[in-house]
Amino acid sequence: MAATTATPTSAGAGTTGAGAARLRSRRTWSADRPRRSTLMTVLTALVLVYALVPLVWLLINATKTQSDLFSTFGLWFGHSFALGSNVADTLTYDHSIFLRWFANTLLYVILGAGGATLLAVLGGYGLAKFRFPGKRAVFAVIIGAVAVPGTALAVPTFLMFSKLGLTNTPWAVIIPSLISPFGLYLMWTFASEAIPTELLEAARMDGASELRTFAQICLPMLAPGIVTVLLFTMVATWNNYFLPLIMLKNPDWYPLTIGLNSWNKQAATAGGEAIFNLVITGSVLTILPLIVAFLLLQRYWQSGLAAGSVKE
Amino acid sequence: MSQALPATAVATVRPARRRRTSSGRRWTGWGFVGPFMVVFALVFLAPIVYSIYLSLYRQQLVGGNSFVGLANYTHAFGDPLFWEGVGRVALFLAVQVPIMLGVALLVALAVDSGRLYGRNFFRISIFMPYAVPAVVATLMWGFMYGTRFGLIANINDALGTHLPNPLSPSWVLASIGNIVTWEFVGYNMLIFYSALRTIPGTLYEAAEIDGAGQWRIVRAIKLPAIRGALVIATIFSIIGSFQLFNEPSILKSLAPNAITTNYTPNLYAYSLSFSGQQYNYSATVAIIMGVITMIVAYVVQLRGMRKEA
Repeated sequence: MAATTATPTSAGAGTTGAGAARLRSRRTWSADRPRRSTLMTVLTALVLVYALVPLVWLLINATKTQSDLFSTFGLWFGHSFALGSNVADTLTYDHSIFLRWFANTLLYVILGAGGATLLAVLGGYGLAKFRFPGKRAVFAVIIGAVAVPGTALAVPTFLMFSKLGLTNTPWAVIIPSLISPFGLYLMWTFASEAIPTELLEAARMDGASELRTFAQICLPMLAPGIVTVLLFTMVATWNNYFLPLIMLKNPDWYPLTIGLNSWNKQAATAGGEAIFNLVITGSVLTILPLIVAFLLLQRYWQSGLAAGSVKE
Repeated sequence: MSQALPATAVATVRPARRRRTSSGRRWTGWGFVGPFMVVFALVFLAPIVYSIYLSLYRQQLVGGNSFVGLANYTHAFGDPLFWEGVGRVALFLAVQVPIMLGVALLVALAVDSGRLYGRNFFRISIFMPYAVPAVVATLMWGFMYGTRFGLIANINDALGTHLPNPLSPSWVLASIGNIVTWEFVGYNMLIFYSALRTIPGTLYEAAEIDGAGQWRIVRAIKLPAIRGALVIATIFSIIGSFQLFNEPSILKSLAPNAITTNYTPNLYAYSLSFSGQQYNYSATVAIIMGVITMIVAYVVQLRGMRKEA
């Protein structure tokens, strides 16, 4: 999405840009180093509080026993600090099914998001750097398909997969995850910018095969874009709810999202044990890996997003 | 969506080699795009075709599958349960999307202005909820809304107030709107911010020398420059609103009386299929929603792009 953004920039740039060049030496403050504004910081901090309070709530409540959950104030710690026992209970409850769900999620993410990224990188590179018959049709079909609601596809996909005997297997979750139109779009704009066509010409002149040119010359140049697409497809598969919900009946194949929701629903069923403390602790354990990945890789994906939106 | 084809480079380089490679290279691109397109055909195109097929048939108790033409469509057009859901997501769209995108834009402008203390911290923290799965976000907010160990209950106890129950039928749509806003405000902020970063700094210098104030710079330079991002974010938010499913579906277990099985069109299509076994009618509902979504998205795109000219 960010990729489409910059096109209109140049229209306004032509008229005022000349003035800037003429008067550059008179610059005093602003532009590069504007004055800090306390008022603006405070106002933006309101949005920051809105974004973080639920996460703080979740962390604090992961330290509470179930009775403290019901009896103590939500945004402060309870009588006992039960984080350790909550984590242990979450991991061992119902024959350690949480660990099974965790492993399933990892499987879906590695094969689904990894495969989606691979396909998007290959496809985006092909679209950006080759002319081939039917290319315009490919654009039209993909752009049209992005507007189709994913859930509109769910029922027919389910019926097709059940005829193929794929429902209730990991493939039912992995195969549909392999397509990321947004990933393809991002890689296509990114590859157009990041790889100079002259370089490809030079490699071909030297007799390098197309595959070798791609693997050895282009792949390293595409790295920030690849990390960006990988992170976003990872989020999409890690957070996937609707697809596994309809495809999987057997709890042994659930990903974390469906598993947590089934724990939560358990309290509402007749005779079901309420395990809200495990739902909350499990939620913390579910979001932790993604948040850590985003924080550790922020330099890459932020430059990937920014570069994806540079199009002059 | 424009695309810069590498036409210039192709034209300028070597006429001599062209003879040898042109026929072979013409199809090389397919080698790279092919794998994507094969899977794409399997998981996107085939289901679309199949659901159109399904929507033209009806499963009868006697006689099995029979062709009914557009009967499913006429049934859907007169189905109050379906239109109730459509009306609800339309209301959601009209209220939630402007609020979310407005806040996202203001934060993006604030972060981009460079006037914040600790702006990197702001940017990454406000984006963070995007990494939280809809399931966790909904359960978390659902618990906080809840009367059992919710913050609302805490506030009512502490201050003696009578805040309305966010999970009651009249408030639950707003509560869902809040969850969706929380999930995506940072994501949209980041899209706007990335677009803002591509504006050349010299433009601001020129504007300031010409005596333009901050608001005038925002209106005359920044907003026009990121119109593309605004249009795209709006389109994706529209698609998201019409597809609304996860949040109401998960919240249903915490607010069973407030959220009906036809609360949104997608929830309706889901219940038709998986609790009612009415696959044909469910496919029809999904197709109508898809068409409505595409029309609205297309109109927004046309309007957004026309203003640009």
